[in-house]
Amino acid sequence: MEIPNDLLYTIEHEWVRLKDNRATIGISDFAQSQLGDVVFVELPAEGMELTKENTFGVVESVKTVSDVYVPVTGKVVAINKDLESQPDLVNSDPYGKGWMIEIEVSDSSSGEGLLKAEQYAEQCKNQE
Amino acid sequence: MSQDSSENLKTTPLFDIHKELGGKLVPFAGWNMPIQFAGVVAEHTCVREKVGLFDVSHMGEIEIEGKDAKRFLQYLLSNDIEKMSDGTILYSLMCYKNGGVVDDLLVHRFSEDHYFLCVNASNSDKDYEWVARHSASYDVKTKNTSADTAQLALQGPESEKVLQSLCDVSLNDLSYYNFKKGKVDDIEGIISRTGYTGEDGFELYLPPEKVADVCRSLMRQGEPFGIQPIGLGARDTLRLEMGYALYGNEIDDQPTPLEAGLGWVIKFNKGEFIGREPLLQQKEQGLRRKLVGIKLLTRGVPRSHYRVLKEGEPVGEITSGTFSPSLNTGVGLCYVSKEYSGVGTRLEVEIRNQSVPAEVVRPPFVPGHVKK
Repeated sequence: MEIPNDLLYTIEHEWVRLKDNRATIGISDFAQSQLGDVVFVELPAEGMELTKENTFGVVESVKTVSDVYVPVTGKVVAINKDLESQPDLVNSDPYGKGWMIEIEVSDSSSGEGLLKAEQYAEQCKNQE
Repeated sequence: MSQDSSENLKTTPLFDIHKELGGKLVPFAGWNMPIQFAGVVAEHTCVREKVGLFDVSHMGEIEIEGKDAKRFLQYLLSNDIEKMSDGTILYSLMCYKNGGVVDDLLVHRFSEDHYFLCVNASNSDKDYEWVARHSASYDVKTKNTSADTAQLALQGPESEKVLQSLCDVSLNDLSYYNFKKGKVDDIEGIISRTGYTGEDGFELYLPPEKVADVCRSLMRQGEPFGIQPIGLGARDTLRLEMGYALYGNEIDDQPTPLEAGLGWVIKFNKGEFIGREPLLQQKEQGLRRKLVGIKLLTRGVPRSHYRVLKEGEPVGEITSGTFSPSLNTGVGLCYVSKEYSGVGTRLEVEIRNQSVPAEVVRPPFVPGHVKK
């Protein structure tokens, strides 16, 4: 299972790539493997203001449905439109082409409390 | 996404093989079973197009033998046992007095005085108790052989070729819902042409201590045909595409088998059987509800217990729902009152407070390919 070192993670298995005041968000390799084949992803509209720890969308797989939570507070500046026709990108490339939304972070302290790769790896091990 | 403790779960003799093959094991009906291997969609497609191997050793088996076996089963079960001949299989319900369902099962006839039932894993103890309790006034012996019986299902268009290479029974001569005793990979067992997928295929009853060897041999023989191990996830999507009822979802201890469309296995003319009176009364009064297929018209996946609406008013609840890998659409089953049961009726499924348009279809959702 892949857990890239340059990303931050949440207990609910989202990942965040923080660069300046932009945060790109998706779900982890562990999350996609637990969900199985993703058949569609419901994402918020661009421009929407989101508050940390609220849901921003839904990932629906053949087996189950799962909410996804926004790990930082801010405004949605981009969504991954490719997921509409190719939701399985979440399975095949969770940290790359399977990204979900990009947020302009409004609260610079909102990255606090996120997990580093090794902490997240520990978390996953306990849930396997 | 946390997982339940796997303590106190039963394991099948194929537990180690499942782990070797990368199966993801989850608790199911008291068993630790693989829910998926390569992924539900890949496995589903593999069974529809090629061949897949399922471990269904969790299923229960009950043997009934004795002078009164036929007469006993005729009273115990809803279908007509009288018309069975040796080596045939019959799908039947076993009902409570109120017409609710104890279980749905397959009856296999060895001879007029010897049968075995294949029952749902989740019900096998309850079923055996029910069978034993009602057998008292008949000259029969009943035996719960679940623990002595492992079961594999080999399903898909290539399954005959794969199995024939290891089997001493001429499979071309074995028709749908028939079985024979025979050897698979030199192991004595029962080979039946049945399944829960809508594809041609076989269910094999084998001794638990030998089933792992047979499993490995089938996987090896199936390799040129693209065989894959299949988990419970794809077992469910395959059965749901066929509109097959699942105990606990479409049928349970409530008297709904006629509404579920299972009238074809309830034979009122055969004489007395448990549950006959209330079901006959229902039939004569006319059914108020009907189990229908629901197909979503836009994206979304209906799940069990989601509400089904007609112009915003609740008219039913999804009993089973999934994403259909064959149709690339959400599908489900649902009881609705008769006025909404016509094919093409527009309904809505409530998914996370949104009404998703759907229409009533007649299952199966995709055509079956069982050998007739």
